[in-house]
Amino acid sequence: MKIKDTLENYVFVLPAAAIFSIFYIIPFIWVFKLGLFEWDGISFTKVFVGLDNFKEIFLQDVNWWRAMWNAGYVTLIALTFQNILAFMLAWACDRQIRMKNFYRVIFFIPPVLSEIVVGMIWRFIINDIEGANIINRILAAAGLPNLMRHWLSDPKTVLTTVALVHCWKGFGWGFLIFLAGLQTIPRQLYESARVDGANAWQSFKKITVPLMIPVTVLVAILTVLGSMQAFALILGLVGGEFAGHTSVPVLRILASMRGASSRFGYACAQGISFGMILVIISFMQYRFSKKGQ
Amino acid sequence: MLFKSVLLGGCVLFSVLGCSSQKIDSKPTINIWHWMTDRDPAFQELAKKYETLTGVKVNFELYAPSDAYAQKIRAAAQGINLPDVFGILGQKQDFVSFIKAGHILDLTPYMEASNNSWKNSFFPKALTVNEFGPQNSYGINPGIFGVPIDIMTIQMVYNKKLFTQLGLNPNRPPKTLSEFLDTGAKIRSAGLEGLVSGWGEIWMIDCLASNYAFNIMGKDKVLATIKGEVPYTDPDWVRVFTIFKQMKDSGVLARGLVTMINKTAEQLFANEKAVFAFNGSWCANVYQGMNPGLEYGAMLPPQASDKFPMAIWGGAGSSFVVNARSQRREEAVKFLIWLTDQDQQAYLSAATNNLPANKNSLSKIPAILAQFARGMDYATHPNAWGVSEFSLVIEALDYGIQSIIIGEKTPEQVAEEVQKIKERELAKKRKN
Repeated sequence: MKIKDTLENYVFVLPAAAIFSIFYIIPFIWVFKLGLFEWDGISFTKVFVGLDNFKEIFLQDVNWWRAMWNAGYVTLIALTFQNILAFMLAWACDRQIRMKNFYRVIFFIPPVLSEIVVGMIWRFIINDIEGANIINRILAAAGLPNLMRHWLSDPKTVLTTVALVHCWKGFGWGFLIFLAGLQTIPRQLYESARVDGANAWQSFKKITVPLMIPVTVLVAILTVLGSMQAFALILGLVGGEFAGHTSVPVLRILASMRGASSRFGYACAQGISFGMILVIISFMQYRFSKKGQ
Repeated sequence: MLFKSVLLGGCVLFSVLGCSSQKIDSKPTINIWHWMTDRDPAFQELAKKYETLTGVKVNFELYAPSDAYAQKIRAAAQGINLPDVFGILGQKQDFVSFIKAGHILDLTPYMEASNNSWKNSFFPKALTVNEFGPQNSYGINPGIFGVPIDIMTIQMVYNKKLFTQLGLNPNRPPKTLSEFLDTGAKIRSAGLEGLVSGWGEIWMIDCLASNYAFNIMGKDKVLATIKGEVPYTDPDWVRVFTIFKQMKDSGVLARGLVTMINKTAEQLFANEKAVFAFNGSWCANVYQGMNPGLEYGAMLPPQASDKFPMAIWGGAGSSFVVNARSQRREEAVKFLIWLTDQDQQAYLSAATNNLPANKNSLSKIPAILAQFARGMDYATHPNAWGVSEFSLVIEALDYGIQSIIIGEKTPEQVAEEVQKIKERELAKKRKN
């Protein structure tokens, strides 16, 4: 009877295990294996190079690390500016304000749009030659013509512009998760605090912030994963890597996969390295938050 | 309970494993994959005509954009699941990889049958990109492996109306680099944009750079550089990089050029906001669609030196290859012979505004296409050089030129950086 039960349990697990293995585990092992070869992605012959591809990524590939740096910069802006904005808006919508359902819908529109579409829309909004040049027009109307720039073709501004558009696109996710988190905080806690004489700031600091830490960690991990992997938005907005100024890891992987003498094995090694870096960052974030708690 | 579980598991496995299906069709069918959105309606029309004539069904399947198509072909090659006929996007090295993997049929016997009748119907330069000569550096047996369905040249175009507005002669575009650079000040003061192109997508940068390299140092020295015998720090290469700085300084380049995609460049030129564009002959079709009244002419990139002739990229625009593993390869070859015959080529040219690959179909093409066709006399193509530059070197060159245009690096710095990568890649090649 016990054996029958055990067998039955395994049968229930089997479909999920099979799907997970076929679509996740086996491809991961396969990609790692390909990362050990020099291969153009077409030939039947692959040259085994051991860990050379990984060595090249970590020790020689300047473009790769520049792309990591750029993605890190975008992520840093998303972690700070985007998430603070998302939190503040969620906090506002959690309170009794007029039309809060309308705001919830509006804030959730950007995340559901395609990244390419968002990139192209903002390209049109920002670009001064082919587009509406709205930012420069606003600056001129505000009497700040000295701040006018070629936002998308000036190496000094292009990455920050990309990061801000990325924040615009992404803050809705954070908003939704923060709002859901805020709604789980029992109202009685705020009422008790008010009875005890706490003002709004003290309630926020002593109740809202501590109880929102697990949610904030979740949002931070999702922001890191989403921002580090962003690339379609950049293609829509800038059209490519712009002399390395808008290079990001996924664009480097794509660059390795295509073009003359494409390096499929190297692209696989880049993908594995990038995945491992993201796992380590997420793990560190999780550990850090545990310590904080 | 156990029975239900087994049944459920079985259903899942069945649904996962049983997704593929094979169509059974009584008529012989040739499957062709392509990426040419603009040519798809004409292809479908020709397929219908061929079916009426021969009873053979031709199934053109469009996969766009071209990047997605290129990845699909690559994935199909890995799974040995290629269609009967397909096109390869990329450079000669990609073509070589497909041939070496046994995916592509050698078409030489068909080309040379009946006194070379099929071969002779094409522009010789259209065939060059699909051809491998004796003792080629790729290690491929000599032969012709692809069929050009149209030809192209990549040149400059200029807006005649804006030329008149700027006080320039619309029938005499600039012939020398200094004449070209002189137009920069006039363009800027008129509030127009100068040269537009898809330089955000980078490959068009090395196209123009190699045009000037041929003009300044000649073909032999360019090929010697690719072979690693001449460094990119050579004064002639620094001169090539300097041309881009001169263009930038003169104001002849459009603002935001380094992040411009070709579609945007085409819009700006078609909407008469830009005076010059660097584009392929396919642009005739694009401009026709965007602004049928546009008055423009084609011109060679203005010469920087009179030491060597100016060269432009040209040759086969799009080519089809036959899957060597296809069971219908004979039917596929017959269809391609029919597709590249004079009448079908004339139809394709008229319907899509592309230059026909069949030289006998040239007689009735529009004037602007005839101008592009004349550029074939100056045409060359990396796929016909017999040697290929490392992709990382090309990337460094393109990014370097972008950096020169945005004023971030000097031509000398770029030359040194490109050479450094070249040396690293050569060392790696020697090691392997």
